[in-house]
Amino acid sequence: MPERLYGIRHHGPGSARAVVEELSRQQPTVLLIEGPPEADDLVRWVASSSLEPPVALLGYAPDDPRQAAFWPFAVFSPEWQALKWAVSAGVPVRFFDLPFAYRLSGDHSDIPDEPRRPVDPIGELAAAAGYDDPERWWEDVVEHRGMPAFEAIGEAMTAIREDSPEDPDDLVREAYMRTVLREVRKTHDEIAVVCGAWHVPALTRKVTQKDDAELLKGRKKAKVAFTWVPWTYGRLASWSGYGAGVRSPGWYHHLFTSADEVVPRWLVDAAGVLRAEGVPTSSAHIIEATRLAETLATLRGRPLAGLAEVTEAAEAVMCDAEPLRVELINKRLVVGERLGGVPDEMPALPLAKDLAAQQRAVRLKPEALERALDLDLRKETDLKRSRLLHRLRTIDVPWGEPVASGRGAGTFREEWKLRWQPEFAVRLVEGSMLGTTVAAAATAKLTRAADDAETLADVTGLVETCLLADLTDAYGPVLAALDVRAALDADVGHLMAAIPALARTLRYGDVRKTDMAGLAAVTASLLFRVCAGLPSAVGSISDEAAKVLRDRIDGVHAAVGLLADEAGDDLRERWLATLVSLAGRDDLHGLLAGRLTRLLLDAGRLDAGEARRRMRLPLTVGTPPAHGAAWVEGFLAGGGLLLVHDDALLDLLDGWLADIPAGSFDEILPLLRRTFGAFEAGERRAIGEKIAGGRAAGPETGGLGFDGSRADLVLPTLSALLGREL
Amino acid sequence: MTALRPHAENQYSEELAQLARDDDRPRPPGWRLSPQAVVTYLLGDGAKVTPKYVGPRRLVEVAVATLATDRALLLLGVPGTAKTWVSEHLAAAISGDSTLLVQGTAGTAEEAIRYGWNYARLLAEGPSEAALVESPIMRAMRTGTIARLEELTRVPSDVQDALITILSEKTLPVPELNTEVQAQRGFNLIATANDRDRGVNELSSALRRRFNTVVLPVPASADEEVEIVARRVAQLGSSLELPAVPTAIEEIRRVVTVFRELRGGLTEDGRTKLKSPTGTLSTAEAISVITNGMALAAHFGDGTLHASDVAAGIVGAVVKDPVSDGVVWREYLETVVRERPDWIDFYRAARDA
Repeated sequence: MPERLYGIRHHGPGSARAVVEELSRQQPTVLLIEGPPEADDLVRWVASSSLEPPVALLGYAPDDPRQAAFWPFAVFSPEWQALKWAVSAGVPVRFFDLPFAYRLSGDHSDIPDEPRRPVDPIGELAAAAGYDDPERWWEDVVEHRGMPAFEAIGEAMTAIREDSPEDPDDLVREAYMRTVLREVRKTHDEIAVVCGAWHVPALTRKVTQKDDAELLKGRKKAKVAFTWVPWTYGRLASWSGYGAGVRSPGWYHHLFTSADEVVPRWLVDAAGVLRAEGVPTSSAHIIEATRLAETLATLRGRPLAGLAEVTEAAEAVMCDAEPLRVELINKRLVVGERLGGVPDEMPALPLAKDLAAQQRAVRLKPEALERALDLDLRKETDLKRSRLLHRLRTIDVPWGEPVASGRGAGTFREEWKLRWQPEFAVRLVEGSMLGTTVAAAATAKLTRAADDAETLADVTGLVETCLLADLTDAYGPVLAALDVRAALDADVGHLMAAIPALARTLRYGDVRKTDMAGLAAVTASLLFRVCAGLPSAVGSISDEAAKVLRDRIDGVHAAVGLLADEAGDDLRERWLATLVSLAGRDDLHGLLAGRLTRLLLDAGRLDAGEARRRMRLPLTVGTPPAHGAAWVEGFLAGGGLLLVHDDALLDLLDGWLADIPAGSFDEILPLLRRTFGAFEAGERRAIGEKIAGGRAAGPETGGLGFDGSRADLVLPTLSALLGREL
Repeated sequence: MTALRPHAENQYSEELAQLARDDDRPRPPGWRLSPQAVVTYLLGDGAKVTPKYVGPRRLVEVAVATLATDRALLLLGVPGTAKTWVSEHLAAAISGDSTLLVQGTAGTAEEAIRYGWNYARLLAEGPSEAALVESPIMRAMRTGTIARLEELTRVPSDVQDALITILSEKTLPVPELNTEVQAQRGFNLIATANDRDRGVNELSSALRRRFNTVVLPVPASADEEVEIVARRVAQLGSSLELPAVPTAIEEIRRVVTVFRELRGGLTEDGRTKLKSPTGTLSTAEAISVITNGMALAAHFGDGTLHASDVAAGIVGAVVKDPVSDGVVWREYLETVVRERPDWIDFYRAARDA
């Protein structure tokens, strides 16, 4: 037996067990494993007990860490078990797949988007035999029959490959594998090869050395680096880039590690998960679930209950068919939350390296103790710090948490609380799945979040993050998502809620030197939608809804005021036109009617006479008192201080009050009290004093008068301060 | 005289006999068929045995396996997801008798679950076997058959708990006579409960533990639902002896689409979000809308099913609450139905209805 090929199913516990058995029987002198040859040096780490699966080999180009690939291993992966066996038996190991360096070189993309051949050929064999779980098929068909498993698998694969289209990528890889195999044959007799079952027929095929050399010719090697990184079962379940993704790593782990009583042990674990969440689950539940799982297996003609049966049994008996509990078992158990570990002395990840480089560049050291950081965004370094912290928050590494600023509304100031926590290292690993630099990972994360966002508010938040973190590449997708959500969202309220944040960004964004053109267009289209939808949203609404809408109208109004360029004038015009048409409607809620009148008065769209006429209406006989009260409240809300300073408004109010006939005054008094009662005591006093004293004195006659030439003297200074000609 | 609606075991007696003849697998004690044959009876075999339930196979398998493990079965689902239908056919296939039925209501008394007395005899003779009036469940225990309990969650909690002894000890004591009725092998209980009633009379955890729960979902795809509706409509049409009306598959598809879109709050193309009305809009209601439309077409129309025949039925099914549902329906009509060029006849009919 000079040479044996073990065709395995990637991440198949059945294959893993069989491989270890066969290896100890064969006792090879060298072991070849499908994997990147550049990682040969890293095999020695497998002996270390702190390299704990799930782990992955990470390969990347050191000069461009964005080009990276992962080769994950779980404890139940045949490759991992083979590695373990070889390291403990002192057998040399070689990874013999096509070097990762070859894949990086050249402009062609070697990793096809859509693999043409079956991704999981053993899974397909199992499916053809009517099994939904390839592992159970392996168990039933391969192991229970006691046949030489790997010969049988090899034959089956030969049959399948004859009818399948060949993937050019596969052909190149296999040519390389054969080349290595030929080379090893010269030095070793007992060779063991562990590779995906798909490749077995190709490795036994008779191909001349020349043909292989032909295929491999002209490939340049790029510079690559490799390291072990911790992996998680969650990643393994969602990962589809390498061979077969695994949907149920937790179940496979269980299959591989439990020696006997697979089903009861699993259900005991499931009961544990439910108990931990406070769901009462008794041993009787487990007994009944086990019985149901076994009966189901019998009913389906299967020798042993598999994942489908135990899941359905747990669902029917223990979960009371509550989808949330089923989900819980699925998350905690079927997928599992196991996290691997790597030795501390392992070289660092590209993302971590990039972060360390940036930390040095902006002179911020990670510290476990909490400390405050005050940034002035007008300074280059501080701006960079702010961006770094925002980016890190985006990829779930909240090293810094922004503190609500207590000191004025300066847009160039930011306060942070910094604290480095050890679990951030793990988050960095997860982040490295998204990209190998902080900026790339944050961009990828934002882009994905924008695609997944469900409500408009979610996306608006992302726009702000995008600008704060200065992620220009994410900007396009996020804006596109914003546009789509705005189009889909029929609720004018949501649209209105989104506008203030966007307007703020537009107005103050230039502190951060970001490009605003796209955002302005989207904001404008959002406002147009609001103008179109608002009329139908204001009719027949309850008091609470009116209050919410009043706040939103205020918010949009303020936002429109912020948009102060040419486009802004047009926007403002449209917005005010909408308000004018709304204010004239009869079915408007009092609060809104009052508010709109006030907004229009402030904007100069109503003259005093018209305003007074409108003010009078709600207080006439035909109007129910509640409506009148709401009207006054809407008109005056938040205006206590304004009344002190705005003589015109006070005049208006004063005149209106004096106009009220004595008879009606008693009825109106409670309404007025309700509004004025909400003002601060100081404001009330100031208003009173003004009415009583200031006006009696007659400010025009008794004042100092206005000297135009003296006032002109301050204009040059003011111009310099404001930066524009006055 | 013929029954308006024959029992499952009578209507499908031939299929059941056929299955029993061909069935060579082991049968649990007291069962007429093997579990595999029961699953085949419910889901059909594509040839002689018609499908009774269209839906995920695994659900039916879990239900049958549950009954085979002597655990009671609780079928949950929104109204109109064929809970009662499945329970009737399970009982018919397993015991050959689907008539041992207790309808759960707010007024269901303990006598309906345990036993009552013939008071004339009780007064005349004192407590005796002859004066005892057994409930369907008691009879099922004695004869080793399947009993059914409809709408379990509408039954008051204290009455529900009478089931605990029956399900755990498999016995029903009669202290007045100092005897008991022990359940024979083959006895089991299928209960149905409505998702919308959740929390009305929640099962006590002691009782809950005696049940395995299977949730019957609304049909997964439009095609599946159209198939269900078309099949049921054909069956109902023949049993009610309506004049033959060619079932217009297009109309059925339209009704199903309307129901699915309103139920899910999203148009089938996934572009437009919709408001959902208060009603459940189950498949069963879609079936009755079509049957109703066929009756209209046959008796008052020209014998073919038109949009106008189903429109009134749809409006009736959707608008349960005249105020809020009315808005939902008008919005749907104006924003979705109107935009579909080949639905213009339906739009006109529905607007006038």
